[in-house]
Amino acid sequence: MIRTIAVREFKSLFSSPLAWLTLAVLQFLFAWIFFSRIELFLQYQARLRSLDAAPGITEIAASGMFTVAGLVLLIITPLFTSRSLAEERRSGSLKLILSSPVSLTSVVMGKFTGLFGFYLIIILLLALMAFSLRLGGPADIGQIITGILGLILLSITCISIGLFMSSLTAQPTVAAISTFALLFFLWIIKWDVKTGGALATYLSLQEHFTSLMSGYLASVDVIYFLLLSILFLSLTIWWLDWERN
Amino acid sequence: MGEEYTIQAKDLVRSYGGRLAVDHVSLQVRRGEVLGLLGVNGAGKSSTMNMLAGVRIPNQGTVFVSGYSLTDDPLQARASLGYLPEKPPIYPELTVDEYLIYCARLRRVSSAKLASNIEQAKTRCGLENSGKRLIRNLSKGYQQRVGIAQAIVHQPNIIILDEPTVGLDPVQIVQIRKLIRELGNDHSVILSTHILPEVLTVCDRVMIMRAGRVVYEAPISAFREGESLEQVFIRLTCGDEVEIT
Repeated sequence: MIRTIAVREFKSLFSSPLAWLTLAVLQFLFAWIFFSRIELFLQYQARLRSLDAAPGITEIAASGMFTVAGLVLLIITPLFTSRSLAEERRSGSLKLILSSPVSLTSVVMGKFTGLFGFYLIIILLLALMAFSLRLGGPADIGQIITGILGLILLSITCISIGLFMSSLTAQPTVAAISTFALLFFLWIIKWDVKTGGALATYLSLQEHFTSLMSGYLASVDVIYFLLLSILFLSLTIWWLDWERN
Repeated sequence: MGEEYTIQAKDLVRSYGGRLAVDHVSLQVRRGEVLGLLGVNGAGKSSTMNMLAGVRIPNQGTVFVSGYSLTDDPLQARASLGYLPEKPPIYPELTVDEYLIYCARLRRVSSAKLASNIEQAKTRCGLENSGKRLIRNLSKGYQQRVGIAQAIVHQPNIIILDEPTVGLDPVQIVQIRKLIRELGNDHSVILSTHILPEVLTVCDRVMIMRAGRVVYEAPISAFREGESLEQVFIRLTCGDEVEIT
């Protein structure tokens, strides 16, 4: 049943030009950033050789592109998650799902999986560009894989938060603004480290994402993203159940 | 639960924010019977329908569908239900066929029966030539037919229709009423409406609701002599406020 809902959710994204346009624009922007950074590396290659622990092409081109992609994924999330449940509620089609022999967990996981499929396309295109570095010479595969993992973890967290916000209202615009506000707050929470201290550091999306982008795979970062995703998916299920009751 | 009834609700109570919408409503419907639920706007019809369809859980009371409790065995119970809410739960961007396939899968129709069930639902609702058409391009009457088709695509024991003829033109109303009467021959149908002639044309039995309570129940044959349905309805729902001429 999760598959049925996921396929429908995934297809519905492509029923409007938004998804196609987003993929095309993002691919152009990421390619531009990627090639700019390769050019930057080639320009300073000689000077970098003289430095100890100088960054390699993977760090400059691939990780640099992944870092920008992370922020872009965060920004585009409300565009795609806001309609998911809010639009179903507004149009009345949520009653079709609620009166069907489907558990709320399947509904939420189906929606989540469908949206994640769209993010996977973006991440796959990014991964292909990063792995293309191997065509020109040695590249740090471990760092690329860690970067991809970071993007996947950030995506599932963004989708989970977006789904929860979408479950709270019948207005997709309200869901979009709330999603952006919460994601952006979690991203900047550690900008002024004096505010919040250690808690702000732990809650910071940017802190954990940047850690993965540096090629350092720490369980604390992985657990942070997984915990946040599970928390918001559970809250979405709980909210829909509370509403039914 | 008595085996002759396909759906049996007992002492349903539901309130929203302290306002009592449904107050100890009990009903039961046999196979091959069409029950009309009559009442003015705000009488509690839609709230009752939502509880019978499993969209809302009653604060108090029980609903048994085909022998399964909607509270204890919700998935089995909902598999025997077809529900058309007041606003058809359609996806305008899908074709009729795509939509009915999605609905059939949500209702756990097996792959082997999928095509035949969809064909049968389309035939019954006069949609044989509309399968490839986008739902958004259909007239309101045809969208209503699509809404009814989704409610019967899994061949449920009970069909719940909430004001299915609202907003339709006279020809469409006649066609939809004829369809409901046909469905009543094989299924149990619960029809919510505030249109009195509709009840006389389509239903076998009528229940009148006022302020969340059932204030009258009788077979349609009771109106062949003595007080008309209109007189009973106005007397019970409006009291002395409206004079019947």
